[in-house]
Amino acid sequence: MALRAEQINEKTRWQDLTEGLQIYEPATSKLFETGEWRTDTPVWDREKCKQCLLCVPYCPDSCITVKDGKRQEFDYDHCKGCGICVKACPFGALSMKEGK
Amino acid sequence: MPTKTRMSGNEAVAHAIKQINPDVMPAFPITPSTEIPQFVANMIANGEITTEFIPVESEHSSMSAAIGASAAGARTLTATSSCGLALMWEVLYVAASNRLPIAMAVANRGLTGPLNINAEHSDSMGARDSGWLQIYAENNQEVYDNFLQAYRIAEHKDVKLPIMVCQDGFITSHAVENITLWDDAPIKKFVGEYEPEHYLLREDETMAVGPYAVSNYCMEAKKAQAEAMKRAKKVILEVAKEFEAVTGRKYGFFEEYKLEDAEYAVVAIGSVCGTAKDAIDALRKDGVKAGLLKIRVFRPFPAEEIAAALKHCKAIAILDRAESYSGNGGPLGAEVTAALYRAKCTAETVNMVYGLSGRDVRVEDMEKVYEDLQKLAAGTISYPEYPYIGLRD
Repeated sequence: MALRAEQINEKTRWQDLTEGLQIYEPATSKLFETGEWRTDTPVWDREKCKQCLLCVPYCPDSCITVKDGKRQEFDYDHCKGCGICVKACPFGALSMKEGK
Repeated sequence: MPTKTRMSGNEAVAHAIKQINPDVMPAFPITPSTEIPQFVANMIANGEITTEFIPVESEHSSMSAAIGASAAGARTLTATSSCGLALMWEVLYVAASNRLPIAMAVANRGLTGPLNINAEHSDSMGARDSGWLQIYAENNQEVYDNFLQAYRIAEHKDVKLPIMVCQDGFITSHAVENITLWDDAPIKKFVGEYEPEHYLLREDETMAVGPYAVSNYCMEAKKAQAEAMKRAKKVILEVAKEFEAVTGRKYGFFEEYKLEDAEYAVVAIGSVCGTAKDAIDALRKDGVKAGLLKIRVFRPFPAEEIAAALKHCKAIAILDRAESYSGNGGPLGAEVTAALYRAKCTAETVNMVYGLSGRDVRVEDMEKVYEDLQKLAAGTISYPEYPYIGLRD
């Protein structure tokens, strides 16, 4: 019997995987913490931030969430540290720090 | 009432397609399979079938489009030969590993080079490890019957694998022979509708096909795929039984021709088996116990069944219409001898290569094979190397 994505782990038997590893549910990428890949980390300076939200659409991994029209802290579970947001920020409110 | 008529092998496949009326056919022309998409395009233009035909720019594209259509939930097919099949290489594995039951009509032709357009099995034999089911035909009737059974096997819930329905290029694809065509109604009922459980266009389900898998998961996925191939054996026999109930024609993993009491047997694939049968009939009149095992299903490979059917023979010639360039014979030779070894069969064996690039094989050539088998069994000849049939040297 094939399991749901959140039930599958590295101990799952071959009999319990879906055919062709097909996925029959949405948004399973949330379960995969790509933040582990990060070597450099973007840092948000709330003082300098004008809430222009330009960084939001630039993030390739949707790691900058918006609530009530304002950006929130990075989703570090999924941010791979690509640094595109830092380049996109016109106000110097984002910078990269070395390491996780 | 079944209709007795005459047709080429390509027409026979096209007629099967007409009766099945599949959803999508992407195809790119290549000799000798070109007529198949040509006939289908005509049928669509004449309003005889409702198949969506996709003209593409290459065989890599035709197989890729077939994968997309099949994943979307459409009953899909294509046709190809030789270098066209080779150009699909990468995506053949994608179709199989994503468990998409695509049907492909293959008119077997040698791979270049030397550049040549004639019959050889090097194209589909090269794809023997791609995860596709492979069924071969001796004549036009068989390629028609095999194509009618193809979707029933490929789409079965225990299988879900793509299937190649192969015939010898020109020898059967273009030669016009007598054929019995089955009525539309019982065939449509036999083939049935394709109703996949999961497909991309299903409105009430979100689905991803072909996700990336790290090494912690790939081996399990491949094992599951290999098991599906093994399960296909049971399904192939069940479908054959149902087909027999509809048409009266019997099919299995292979055909045994006068093999039951045979001392000297040939194992071969495709049209050469008709030639072998003529040789057997002549030799039997002289009291030579000659027989034939004609492979129909090469993937999955019915190793135990083949060995059991051959075990009593004194000498066996395994014929390959493909050169593996391994220095060790052809693919059928390798697999049959391995099967015989595992079954502890002590018959003498020889792997022979024949008919490359459409080289003719005559009844006399096959009689010579049986003559050599008698000498091999008597110990008066041996084969330090695998021989070619009809080679000038």
